[in-house]
Amino acid sequence: MEQKEEKVVFERPDALLPVVTNFCPGCTHGIVHRLVAETIDELGIEGKTVGVTPVGCSVMGYNFFGCDMVEAAHGRAPAVATGIKRVNPDNIVFAYQGDGDLASIGTAETVHAATRGENITIIFINNAIYGMTGGQMAPTSLPHQVTQTSPYGRDTASAGYPVRICEMLSTLDGPAYLERVTVDTPANVRKAKKAIKKAFQNQVDGVGYSLIEVVSTCPTNWGMTPQESFTWMRENMLPYYPLGVYRDVLAEGHESVAAAAAERAKDSKIVAEGGAA
Amino acid sequence: MSEKVLMKGNEVLAESAMRAGCKYFFGYPITPQTELSAYMSKHMPKIGGTFLQAESEVAAINMVYGAAAAGARVMTSSSSPGISLKSEGVSYIAGADLPAVIINVMRGGPGLGSIQPSQSDYWQATKALGHGDFQMVVYAPSTVQEMADYVAKAFDVADEYRTPVMILLDGLLGQMMEPVELPEPKADIPDKPWACTGTKGERAHNVVNSLYLDADLLDQTNRERYERYDKIKAAEQISEEYLCDDADIVVVAFGAAARIARNAVNAAREQGIKAGLFRPITLWPFPVDALEKTVAHARGYLTVEMKMGQMVDDVRLVVAGRAPVVFYGRTGGVIPTPAEVLDAIVAFDQKVGE
Repeated sequence: MEQKEEKVVFERPDALLPVVTNFCPGCTHGIVHRLVAETIDELGIEGKTVGVTPVGCSVMGYNFFGCDMVEAAHGRAPAVATGIKRVNPDNIVFAYQGDGDLASIGTAETVHAATRGENITIIFINNAIYGMTGGQMAPTSLPHQVTQTSPYGRDTASAGYPVRICEMLSTLDGPAYLERVTVDTPANVRKAKKAIKKAFQNQVDGVGYSLIEVVSTCPTNWGMTPQESFTWMRENMLPYYPLGVYRDVLAEGHESVAAAAAERAKDSKIVAEGGAA
Repeated sequence: MSEKVLMKGNEVLAESAMRAGCKYFFGYPITPQTELSAYMSKHMPKIGGTFLQAESEVAAINMVYGAAAAGARVMTSSSSPGISLKSEGVSYIAGADLPAVIINVMRGGPGLGSIQPSQSDYWQATKALGHGDFQMVVYAPSTVQEMADYVAKAFDVADEYRTPVMILLDGLLGQMMEPVELPEPKADIPDKPWACTGTKGERAHNVVNSLYLDADLLDQTNRERYERYDKIKAAEQISEEYLCDDADIVVVAFGAAARIARNAVNAAREQGIKAGLFRPITLWPFPVDALEKTVAHARGYLTVEMKMGQMVDDVRLVVAGRAPVVFYGRTGGVIPTPAEVLDAIVAFDQKVGE
C-alpha cells in the first residue's frame, strides 16, 4: 500500500501558549481565545501586541496568550489599555472583558475609552452571568433569568433592565467599528473571526476604537449542557441582543471617525470652524 | 542648576515632573490641585507628552497603571477625596511592582470635608492607601524648592525600588509662590526590561500582574517585597533637625505645619525654652533613626499637626515611653498660628518641667 504523506491541517495558533486553560468544558471562551490568537498570527503582530485581561473567568488570560500581558483591576481594562497605547502607539493593544467587567463595574471606563476613540480593540464576552464568582446576575442578564442573586428571576421592577452595549456605544462619535457576533455554529464562528480580525486590522490601520461583542454561553452556571446552552442563547439572548454591525464608519462611507463626527455636528459653530486658533 | 524663578507650588510639581522625564499625566479636576493639571495640559503637548483628563479618578490611576506597565515615567495628582478613589489602583500598582508618582494636595476631611489646607490623610498615605500588605514612599515637602527637588527624586526612587511614591502636601503649599531653582532635565532614564512593550519575537512574554491564586506564592512575593521595604527603610529616611541638639522640647511637624512650628520654636527660644524642631521629610519610611538620636536629651515631644494627631502615633513608637509625647493641632482646614503653637510649647514645657 502506498504510504500517505502526513499533513498538518489544524494546530494551536502560535499566539496561544501550550498550556491548559481554566475554562469549563463547553465554554465559548476557548473558541474566542483561539480566534483572537489566529488573528494575531495572521496579521503577524504578536511581537508588538499587548493584551489586557479583566477580572472574571478570563482573568488568567495572561497565562494563555504569548504576547505581553497586563492584568487589570475589575472593569478598568479600557483605562489600562489607554495608558499602554498612549505610551507606545505602535503597540497593538487589546482588552478582553466579560459582561460584569465591561458593562457593570467598568461602564464608565468602557464608555469613555469609546468616546475618546482610543485606537484599541475590545473583545467583549456577553454570557449574561457572572461566571467566575459562581453565577450571579449580570448587567446583561435577561428579564426573568434565574441566577444566584436573582433566584426568582430578574425582576425588572427592582433590578432594572439589561444593558445593550453595542447599541449604547453606537450613539457615540468615538467608535469606529462595533459588531455583535456569536460562536454557536461553524458559520457563526467564521463570521466572528472575520469581525475580530477586522477589529484588529482597524487598529493596525489607525482607523480607531473597535469593539466586538460575542454573545456567549455559560453551561456551568446556567446549569445546562453546552448544546442546551446554545439553544437557550438562540431562543432568549439573540432576540434581545441582535447580531450585526452597529457601527462601521468606513463602510458607512465616512473617511474617518473624525469626519463622521464632524458631519454629524456640522451645524455647531465651534465644530464647523475648527475651534480655537 | 538653572536660575531662580518665582512659581506657584502646584505648577512647580508639574514642571519638575516633566523635567524628571514624566511624559504622561492622567488626572481629574479637584480643588486645590487644579493648577497642576492645568499646567500639564498646557505644557505636555509642547514636549510631545500626553495630558489626558480622565473620566474619573479611578480611570486616571488605572491609566497610570497601564502607562507604568508600558515602562513610562507617569504621574497623577489629586486631593484627598480623589486620592481615596485612587486607592484601588495604588494597591494594584504596588502589587504589580510598578513605579509611579502620585501627588496628594490635601484638603480637610473626612468626606467632602473642606477645600482648605489639611494634613489629615497622613494615616492613609503612610499606613493604608488601599487593600493588602504594601507600603509606599511618602515625601512631605515644606517649601516650593523642596516640591521641585522631591518630585524629581520621587521618580528615581519609584524606578529604583519599583514602587509607588507619593508627594504629600497641603493646599497651603500648593497655592504658595516662592523662588525656586528647577532641576535640570533628566537625560538618562533607566531601562525597564520587565515592561510590556511587545516581545518583538525576541523574548518570552512579560506579564504585569498582582494575582496569585497560589497562596504560598503570594506569601513569598509579599515577603520579598517587604525585604525591599527594609532596604528603603535603611537607605531613604530623610528629616531636618533645627535646634534639636540640645532641645528639651522637641517639636515634630512636617509640611506647612513645620513652617509654623519653626516660628514658634524661635519664639520659645527667645523665652528661654530650649525647643527644637524635628521635621520628617519622608513620612514613610518615618525617620526613626534621626528621631531616636534626640531621645537621649529630650524631656518631651510635641507634635504639631493640621489633623487630629495621626503622626503622634509614629513619634510614640520611636520614643517608646521614654518621654511624654503630646499633640497640638487644628483640623478641617484651620491653620494653627505661631502664637497658638507657642502657647502649646510653653504649657508643655511647664508640664514636663514639673
